[in-house]
Amino acid sequence: MQLIACPWCGPREEVEFSYGGQAHVPYPDDPGALSDEEWAHYVFFRANPKGRFAERWNHSAGCRRWFNAIRDTATYRFERVYRLDDPKPVIP
Amino acid sequence: MAELLRTHPLEGWSAAFERLPDTVRITVEPYVAMVDVRLGPVPAEASTALGVDLPTAPNTWVPAGTGRAVWLGPDEWLVSSTTETPEELEARVRAAVLPLGGSAADVSAQRIGLRLTGARVRDVLAKGCSIDLHPRVFGRGRSAQTALGQAGVVLLALSDAGDNHGVLVRSSFAGYLAEWLLDAALEFTPTPTR
Repeated sequence: MQLIACPWCGPREEVEFSYGGQAHVPYPDDPGALSDEEWAHYVFFRANPKGRFAERWNHSAGCRRWFNAIRDTATYRFERVYRLDDPKPVIP
Repeated sequence: MAELLRTHPLEGWSAAFERLPDTVRITVEPYVAMVDVRLGPVPAEASTALGVDLPTAPNTWVPAGTGRAVWLGPDEWLVSSTTETPEELEARVRAAVLPLGGSAADVSAQRIGLRLTGARVRDVLAKGCSIDLHPRVFGRGRSAQTALGQAGVVLLALSDAGDNHGVLVRSSFAGYLAEWLLDAALEFTPTPTR
């Protein structure tokens, strides 16, 4: 089974984690000014790239903390794992 | 009115545990009081108020009086005591962490403890989790919240030789984990001669 390196607990089995969708989706600056269509884009529309994708993961069977990971959606390889308050790493 | 007797969830497994060899010995630990502590940054006065330095390194535990303080997350700990009642422990810990902005909740009924001792215990545990259990990595003072088989557990390393582990498991999963452990220990259990 693939191991995912939790930024707190270290490498653990993949089944201990749950997926949280795309990372770095900013909350609207002025939510009251959004049209229904803009809300729909904020709530439902997500990128679906083939290749590296910044995602949120939760170590639900361990420390239960959220963290971010950059995962290659084609190979399922985890390129980087970083905490929520860390900036999105740049991978050459 | 019928009297409600307090029974241990693993009472029915004690005979099966007794048949295990010394290389994989499973004993059921008595109930202990446990409190879940939430505290943001750990200030210096927390250790004097609590009587223990809460471990800030991930996956560690430290002795705390008669019990233990186990790291569960960057702002969460499990503090146990074998001498206090759950109410006493909760009141004492809450009084210590509340002024510091933390909280304490009695979770004594959540988990029960198992003690796994013997030279083959690591081999048994390794069948259900991918944690490196070698004593060089997982020596006394280390802990891990992980899945053992399908059950979520807190693993505690209690010796530097790697032959003494504590397992905290949710009471409702205890029966499953007992069956799983007995099955995993099967290859080390001598078959009875007929």
